[in-house]
Amino acid sequence: MTKIKTQTISPQNENILIRLKRVESQFGYIPEESITEVAQSLDLPVSEIYGVATFYSFLATKPLGRNVIWVCQNLPCHLKHAEITIDNLERTLGIKPGETTSDNKFSLELTNCIGACDYAPAMLINRDLHGNLTPNKISQILKLYK
Amino acid sequence: MIFDKIRKQAIAEWATLQQSQQPRILLGTATCGRAAGAMSTLEIMNQELARHNIDAIVTQVGCIGLCYIEPLVDIVKPNRPRICYSSVTPKIIPQLIEDYLIKDNPRPDLALGTIGDGTIEGIPRLLDLPMLKPQVRIVLRNCGHINPEDIKQYIANDGYIGFIKAINMGPERVLGEIKKSELRGRGGAGFPTGQKWEFCRRSPGKEKYIICNADEGDPGAFMNRALLESDPHSVLEGMLIGAYTIGATHGYIYCRAEYPLAIERLSIALNQMREYGLLGDNILGANFSFDMEIKEGAGAFICGEETALMASIEGKRGMPRPRPPFPAVSGLWGKPTNINNAETWANVALILQKGSEWYDGFGSQTSKGTKTFALVGKIERTGLIEVPLGIHLRDIIYEIGGGIADGKQYKAVQTGGPSGGCLPASLLDSPVDYDSLVKAGSMMGSGGMVIADEDTCMVDFARFFLSFSQAESCGKCVPCRIGTHQMFAILERITRGEGKLRDIEQLEQLSQLVKTTSLCGLGQTAPNPVQTTLRYFRDEYEAHINKKKCPSLVCTRLINYYILPGKCAGCMLCLRDCPAKAIVGGRRLVHIISQEKCTKCGACLDVCPERFGAVVKVSGEKVIVPSKPIPVATSKALKNKG
Repeated sequence: MTKIKTQTISPQNENILIRLKRVESQFGYIPEESITEVAQSLDLPVSEIYGVATFYSFLATKPLGRNVIWVCQNLPCHLKHAEITIDNLERTLGIKPGETTSDNKFSLELTNCIGACDYAPAMLINRDLHGNLTPNKISQILKLYK
Repeated sequence: MIFDKIRKQAIAEWATLQQSQQPRILLGTATCGRAAGAMSTLEIMNQELARHNIDAIVTQVGCIGLCYIEPLVDIVKPNRPRICYSSVTPKIIPQLIEDYLIKDNPRPDLALGTIGDGTIEGIPRLLDLPMLKPQVRIVLRNCGHINPEDIKQYIANDGYIGFIKAINMGPERVLGEIKKSELRGRGGAGFPTGQKWEFCRRSPGKEKYIICNADEGDPGAFMNRALLESDPHSVLEGMLIGAYTIGATHGYIYCRAEYPLAIERLSIALNQMREYGLLGDNILGANFSFDMEIKEGAGAFICGEETALMASIEGKRGMPRPRPPFPAVSGLWGKPTNINNAETWANVALILQKGSEWYDGFGSQTSKGTKTFALVGKIERTGLIEVPLGIHLRDIIYEIGGGIADGKQYKAVQTGGPSGGCLPASLLDSPVDYDSLVKAGSMMGSGGMVIADEDTCMVDFARFFLSFSQAESCGKCVPCRIGTHQMFAILERITRGEGKLRDIEQLEQLSQLVKTTSLCGLGQTAPNPVQTTLRYFRDEYEAHINKKKCPSLVCTRLINYYILPGKCAGCMLCLRDCPAKAIVGGRRLVHIISQEKCTKCGACLDVCPERFGAVVKVSGEKVIVPSKPIPVATSKALKNKG
């Protein structure tokens, strides 16, 4: 992958969302203490920071597993039997959506459309897209993650 | 001028590449190709090329839209037309390399079509194929043909000459050109782009912003993903032209986090633009300084709404606010801001490159140009298409899409995702343009088309869109937050068979209320799927409510599985396969499904051999079955007697 240079071009860039994303990339989620810290440093109420942290579904306010599975539950996937995929993941991992496996390997989350309707039913594991899912394929895919 | 030199060099390099005496291989590695296994194909391909000592030029390109038969590999041999091969799995690629590159057998059995001059026996021309013939690919012209990570390939294909023309014309004339083209916003609402730009250009203020809305989130839509991954510069050139015309100094591309490859390719593209002097101070020597950056979303559908999107860039919760003031007057950080969808920006570059008169040749009276659509759901050929506006739905679904999957009957198409509505078979011959779709109760939307077949329950269909809207509602205004929630609850009730007589009326009233009183587009359009299904498929609602019947046999609470005593052979297959252990029976005994234990997974129906056809799925009716397993012969005899 090409190394990407990030450019900061406007002073307003130092905002709540950017700060929270930074916290998340450091800890893997946004701990409560960090919310307080961000609030103090930006001189804003904690509620404001907490509001942002819980607004976005890709920001986690609780620890997640090493790999996060985002399985699409919306219509185009539903028309291709996404419920079988979800059911299969639940049974294979032994967890329900919103939970993390006891070995901390996987977290299972449901999401509303990941723009992979051409490969429905589909899921994202971390940033990798897996589509045209079948029970067989799922067990092979899960083996790829450590 | 420096750009002239760059352009000449890019064109020369492109020509050398086209006339290369080495074989060339183009592989589609956009997200869709990767999901189909293109990276494994690439790996094996490189190994095979090395093994045979073949010095080939391998280029990774974007997506030409034929998602249903990826991975796609194109091979060009000197003085031959380019051949496009579909479904090239790692298993096939060694054969293909050996047969075509070494033995010179073009393998017509594996080929999809040829591109360019000349013919090859047994292989049709790609553009003559039914899925491509009705398409007009002008916005997607480069997709699948150039390397999206190489700015020079874009420049060699007339890239950035639209921008050069713009700086020679001056902002006023560019604005005139965009207005003359009658380009309308491709994000869905169809607002005239030129007018939008004019508001922002005339707004007082030195600091102005432009934004590319690439927060594509409609279920069923992935047009922007494919465009940004396959030809990012076409969008960025449009933004450059817009910034110059409006007088903006900074630009943002707001792209959803679910599209990591699009973000990566955009980053590469922006760096290359800086390297070539297309961003920064005094761009190409003109009195125009501009830079832009990518803002990654964080998983909130509402951020596709312009005021919510701006709040998100500012780092706040992505919540919309009332308009006016419109972004053109007070947008990002209170400064005049112009937001357009990624596809709109790509159209801008094209209009400047080719001229508004040329552009006028595409589309209908009120909707000029083309539109990209994503075909998904129960359609034979899923994929990304580009068609002139005004084309009939029937042509999209039956010609390009190849009709309904598995030979089933068409029921409806949902355009515009959760903001749009569904269109029944009676509207298949209506044109696809902004105004006709609104008239039919739907809208253009960003371009997702979800196709439903006879096996799709339209109440369930509407329920899914409402489940989406109520989950993605930001919660700021009451009609949307509570209204969509209540509508969803009623739809859930109906699909569970607990619908009441007044539910339809209540849905209609709520729809009207949410539509007219919500703060932003999400709430104002969320009732559309309910209103159109009520308008065109009211009988399905009535069957659910009055007869407790799901005519399409979808809603699990309203369906039952039975084993027909006269047909069951007592083979025990279903008994063994039932995950709920809901079937009783034995060898040569008629099996019985316990309706209390049955989870309605349908495993028994799938496993029952076709020659018996003993398992049936019914809704709203009962099948008489024996109270306990009886010998098969007895039941046959009973049937014969009866």
